[in-house]
Amino acid sequence: MKTDDLVVMLSTNVEPIRHGRVGRTISIAVVVGAVIALAIMLVGLGVRADVTTSRAALFLSLKLAFAFAVVGVALRYLIMLARPGSESGISPLAVAVPFAAIALLGLLSLTDTPSGHWNRMVAGGEWLECLLSIPIIAIVPFAVTIFAVRRAAPTNLVRAGAFAGLVAGGVSAMAYAFHCTDDSLPFVAVWYGGTIVLCTLAGASLGPRLLRW
Amino acid sequence: MASEAELKALMAASLDGDAASYRTLLDRLSRRLRAYYKGKLARIGRSATEAEDLVQEVLLAVHLKRHTYDTRELFTPWVHTIARYKLIDYLRRTRSAASVPIDEGAEIMAQDDNADAESSHDVRKLLERLPEKMRCAIERVKLEGRSVAEAAVLCGISESGVKINIHRGLQSLAAFIAQVDQK
Repeated sequence: MKTDDLVVMLSTNVEPIRHGRVGRTISIAVVVGAVIALAIMLVGLGVRADVTTSRAALFLSLKLAFAFAVVGVALRYLIMLARPGSESGISPLAVAVPFAAIALLGLLSLTDTPSGHWNRMVAGGEWLECLLSIPIIAIVPFAVTIFAVRRAAPTNLVRAGAFAGLVAGGVSAMAYAFHCTDDSLPFVAVWYGGTIVLCTLAGASLGPRLLRW
Repeated sequence: MASEAELKALMAASLDGDAASYRTLLDRLSRRLRAYYKGKLARIGRSATEAEDLVQEVLLAVHLKRHTYDTRELFTPWVHTIARYKLIDYLRRTRSAASVPIDEGAEIMAQDDNADAESSHDVRKLLERLPEKMRCAIERVKLEGRSVAEAAVLCGISESGVKINIHRGLQSLAAFIAQVDQK
């Protein structure tokens, strides 16, 4: 085929199109993913029974603040990664800030406590449930996010996959927080932080296969 | 040689549906891409036909991904990133042992190659592999130049169906081209 023929074909009857909406599409996908994650949590796990007590409300809002910070920063970068040529100026280190903050708070609360209680503070009562729930709940938000990113044009597929995983992990942690009764900062730092990192690594390894175009 | 400002203006008009601007834009891009890929591939002993395969693949990619260009941003980095992505993807696909130095910056703007070039793909043959509705929509609108409304009647589908089938059909064509290269 002659390239000139292809140019003529592509430019014949070209339709006006709505452009510059990549960010919007991906953001909507993440909101849809969050709603699904909340529904899965409600049906599969249920909201913690003591949610109306002030101690529970305090820790719930702390977990939510962490999850929202992760999602907020990661989503911004994911949108940049989904558009060719707008990658520069990204400092992926900014996503580490929420993790560093919660780790620091966790350490501070450990130093405030006799070392005999450390084990219980870190492992909590339900570490295994947390370890499994966050990655499992993240699957659907991850799929919806990847679907939206595929419609754009990511060119660094490992990184775009990683950020999609990070967003999905954060969204999942946000949903799981409504169920989780382990109220200690070291627990949140290790198990919420750790599982979100796991989701990020899974996203990075799946990215090249799922996002190629 | 066209500048960033010129190409950007052409792209903005193209996104608004100006066919003449779009044709000019794709023509200028194909010359630049040709020079870029010929230079890259010659260094690892690949032919000019392969360079042309890539030029056409990128033109299709630019077309299918044009909604991801934001008119508030520069146009050249957008095209350049796509061109580089497709080069790396192509080399991986065709299992090139040699490594091509991957460029930085606006190298793609550097040269112009106006050869009347032909790729190894036969678009008519590839079109035959498409489902009937996609082929009909592309042939009526993109090859014969009929309106979407006419094509809707001729192909027996709705007008929005014609638009969707054109888009999906071009996506499939791009995928076929990528498969063909997988030698």
